[in-house]
Amino acid sequence: MQSLGINVLFEGINLQRLFGGLLVTVEIAFFSIAIGSLLGILMGLIRTSKSKTICFVCRIYLEVFRIIPILVWLFIAYFGVTRMFDIHVSGEVVAVVVFSLWGAAEMGDIVRGALESLPRHQMESGKALGLSSLGVYRYILIPQAIRRMLPGAINLATRMVKTTSLVVMIGVIDVVKVGQQIIELSTLRIPTAAFWIYGFIFILYFIICYPLAKWSKKLEMKWES
Amino acid sequence: MNVNWEFIITTLPLYEKAAWLTLKLAAGGILASLVLGLLCSVILYYRVRGIEKLVQAYIELSRNTPLLIQLFFLYYGFTKIGLTMSENTCAIIGLSFLGGSYMAEAFRGGIESVSKTQIESGLSIGLSKMQLFRYIILPQAFSVTIPAVGANCIFLLKETSIVGAIAIPDIMNLTQDVIGMYYQTFESLLMLVMAYLVMILPLSLFLSWLEREVRYAEFGN
Repeated sequence: MQSLGINVLFEGINLQRLFGGLLVTVEIAFFSIAIGSLLGILMGLIRTSKSKTICFVCRIYLEVFRIIPILVWLFIAYFGVTRMFDIHVSGEVVAVVVFSLWGAAEMGDIVRGALESLPRHQMESGKALGLSSLGVYRYILIPQAIRRMLPGAINLATRMVKTTSLVVMIGVIDVVKVGQQIIELSTLRIPTAAFWIYGFIFILYFIICYPLAKWSKKLEMKWES
Repeated sequence: MNVNWEFIITTLPLYEKAAWLTLKLAAGGILASLVLGLLCSVILYYRVRGIEKLVQAYIELSRNTPLLIQLFFLYYGFTKIGLTMSENTCAIIGLSFLGGSYMAEAFRGGIESVSKTQIESGLSIGLSKMQLFRYIILPQAFSVTIPAVGANCIFLLKETSIVGAIAIPDIMNLTQDVIGMYYQTFESLLMLVMAYLVMILPLSLFLSWLEREVRYAEFGN
């Protein structure tokens, strides 16, 4: 008798393996988001500088990531850079580096937008009180800017989580790859394995991203009023 | 670094062919998602009972899952339960499934930007719901929507880079093949980047020009 397709998920250690793969995905996402945010905040601060050259260079950096798809960047880093400099790095490291650089560019734009949206007199009042430039940023601008940039930053985080699905293309054994392995193993016995496994991964991504998206929307509503 | 120009010239026709395929898929995906997005935003705007919830669920599902998984599910999953389609159809369906929700959000933003007095005035001169949408809301929402729709078009064009994963010979897939066959990594990647620049830069410049043009159409500016 043919077994139900959904059982493929619970056969042997399949579920355990899928969650193991998910852990790799989540790890990559976590490190990329953490490094990307830190670099991005720095980048955003630099982009408020008055020097035209610095702004131009940062703008080009952002546009370069916006115009070329992320998958292309993964390819460039994984096949190109490693070959050109004759170094060997794992797909995971390449993924974290590329996602962090991309995250920094996008985060930089969000931080810059938030800082520039603050009224100019905030900065001037701070200065008038005798705070140093650093003090103005630390006590006046950054706390206010964080409120304005948080919804955008969380949105960026969900985008980064979704983009981690691409790492399977550069040979990382993430949740998608584990899913493919399970499908290859059981597709002869259970023809509908692909449907259930990919459906399961689809739902996994949704479970991670949906609460983040909802949170971001809630914050936006709360702080807009 | 020595660039193998001869190699670039011999593979150029291959890249050209693949780039056309990418553009064709993107155009199909963008058109379909525009239609789907408009439909969804109208349903959401008029709060059509029954389907409204369905549309909301669709938007959340499509926005919070990656395209790669959507494509795999469509291409490998659906064939196994008896729904077989060609790779190209699958790619266009996948792109419009993803794009539809982004377009719907863009249109919704535009529709909501039309002020209440406009709608009330329209209703008070006796326009029907359909006429109100066609003559009052749509023209005014249009200029507000253009930047968001444009950004979505570029987003979708970039997302086509993923369709290579379901065996469509687009430029990503071609690059992988060429690297595997000839081991000319640098040249292949250079061509890949150039192909995307050639496709996306003009579109991006055109859209920012269009954005400036339609801004004149905005009411009261």
